[in-house]
Amino acid sequence: MSVKKFITGSFYEEAKLFPAVKKVRRSGYKIHDIFTPFPIHGLDKAMGLRDTSLHIAGFIYGITGTTTALGFITWALTVDWQLDFGGKPFFSLPAWIPITFELTVLFSAIGMVLTFCYLCQIAPFVKKDHFNLRSTDDTFVMALECTETTNEAEVISFLESLGAVDVGVQYKETGWWLGRYDKESKRIEQNVETAHS
Amino acid sequence: MALLRYESQVRPPLVSGDKDYHQVTEDICRPVEAKPSRLWWIGFIISVALLLFGIFSVAMEVTYGVGQWNLNKTVGWGWDITNFVWWVGIGHAGTLISAILLLFRQGWRTGVNRAAEAMTIFAVMCAGQFPIWHMGRVWDAFFVLPYPNTRGPLWVNFNSPLLWDVFAISTYFTVSLLFWYSGLIPDIATLRDRAKKKWRKMFYGVASFGWTGSTKHWQRHEALALVLAGLATPLVLSVHTIVSFDFATSVIPGWHTTIFPPYFVAGAIFSGFAMVQTLLLVTRKVLKLEDYITIEHIDVMNKVIVLTGSIVGIAYLTELFMAWYSAVQYENFAFFQSRANLDSPYGWAYYIMMSCNVLFPQIFWIKKMRRNLAVTFFLSILVNIGMWFERFVIIVLSIYRDYLPSAWSTYYTPTIWEVGFYLGTFGLFFTCYFLFSKFFPVIAIAEIKHILKQSGENYKANMGELETESLDVFEEQHGHDHGA
Repeated sequence: MSVKKFITGSFYEEAKLFPAVKKVRRSGYKIHDIFTPFPIHGLDKAMGLRDTSLHIAGFIYGITGTTTALGFITWALTVDWQLDFGGKPFFSLPAWIPITFELTVLFSAIGMVLTFCYLCQIAPFVKKDHFNLRSTDDTFVMALECTETTNEAEVISFLESLGAVDVGVQYKETGWWLGRYDKESKRIEQNVETAHS
Repeated sequence: MALLRYESQVRPPLVSGDKDYHQVTEDICRPVEAKPSRLWWIGFIISVALLLFGIFSVAMEVTYGVGQWNLNKTVGWGWDITNFVWWVGIGHAGTLISAILLLFRQGWRTGVNRAAEAMTIFAVMCAGQFPIWHMGRVWDAFFVLPYPNTRGPLWVNFNSPLLWDVFAISTYFTVSLLFWYSGLIPDIATLRDRAKKKWRKMFYGVASFGWTGSTKHWQRHEALALVLAGLATPLVLSVHTIVSFDFATSVIPGWHTTIFPPYFVAGAIFSGFAMVQTLLLVTRKVLKLEDYITIEHIDVMNKVIVLTGSIVGIAYLTELFMAWYSAVQYENFAFFQSRANLDSPYGWAYYIMMSCNVLFPQIFWIKKMRRNLAVTFFLSILVNIGMWFERFVIIVLSIYRDYLPSAWSTYYTPTIWEVGFYLGTFGLFFTCYFLFSKFFPVIAIAEIKHILKQSGENYKANMGELETESLDVFEEQHGHDHGA
């Protein structure tokens, strides 16, 4: 495993963070990640992350639940073991709606949470690195990835000019626990449309 | 770019006091990181004692059979199913607050949702005990699941409301648990990063799943919360609907009523909010969280209580009207002889129900009363008593006088083991709640921070100047640049 170099800076104000993200990306630096104590709406757009398709996964799981329930009940009560309730039809769909609905919700919820954990690579006993412990308290921590050609001093002074504090260099072993979104980031255009510019 | 969303000055702040993000963390983590108070220990020990008594009561029932309960020829469902429906009802407020109010974008839910969701989960755990132990041969409880067996395979009856209930309650419990815990993960990470002691680091490290607060993770987390809320919303409504089907699909006068589903759901929200009030009034006081669970929260929850209480009241009156209008003698007997009749053996229960659920909550039309903590606390207890009696009235009063007068002399009273079982679920509920409030933040830290700049008192105060600015200046300073 190789060691990577990061330059991290802390922000305390959303008002400073958003312009900083924009300028950093315009200048061509690569934002490894921004760690925040709570979701900041629009930050994903500003960073150029694409939308998540987690909800589509949820829909597919839900449909799976629906077909599982309907298919199984239909088979059990009309094919495998027909039960005669006062001469009512074996295929009594209205009575099966509650269980079908419940299984739809159950499959969708469990599937989505597992997918969420898988995509974020989080699970019990997993330890991950987030550069600054205060990023779960009140600090927005921006981590820039350095390459061999990166001029350290220049980046540090650049970040400081954008309002970052505690700017410093950190070395991390690369690995899945750092998280990588290279494939997801879109190239920055001249006029980026962001929700909050 | 000063504001992410503008909120009207007319709305009172949801977080009072001079707070910044760090102060929010400090305030909410303080009770978790401090040593438990004497009050906490006293409450916890009482809860555990109740729980042990409950376990003993259940052990008696399992050892000697369901005959240990005073269920008789006509009253096959007594305290146990009454308590089941009561607890399930209480377990509705949490998911309602966190899911439906999330979809309706109600900012105030952030102060109360975490504790309310926890309460939901514990209440559903308590509710689940009753049908399980009522089976008698509890070691055969797995018969309710459709699994390939050597009896045919003989599948469970998918047309039965009791089986729908199995699926509804277990799904509701699972989804509520997932929703609650996925919301809790970032807050546990906050505790983990503040931890100084080794065991705390380990415990919260494991429980936080390695959460980092990465922007991408938050994006997914938001999507997850939104979809789970969308799923949980019809789920909440379906669960008590299905519980009401247990009765409504039968042919017992007093049970087979078509208004049961909405009537039960309204009642569930009603009793759930009452329990949230009871718990949060104590929690905010003991944990000193008055800045987060403010009088505004109490006020708005009391509004929900008076609304749902009145819906329940209309349902009661509709039942009486339909019994009279149908001119069916059995309906008339159930409603006008067994229930709304002070001369009948259980008439008093009906009037306790009516006064606690319909009459007394009307006091909340008055703003002063909604914002009075003592009145709210007292009323919340009354509502819970009233809602227990509602279930008792529906269940026992519909069946204790059967069609033959010879089966009438059966005045059903519970045995000590039935009462003990009920008390035991209180023990289970409060033991869980005490442990939760000690080891986890009772308020959603990340969500409070999310609304802080719109609804925090100190931030709101500075927002006043915006209204005096001209539109052009406002646009210049706060407008979006949508690109040329």
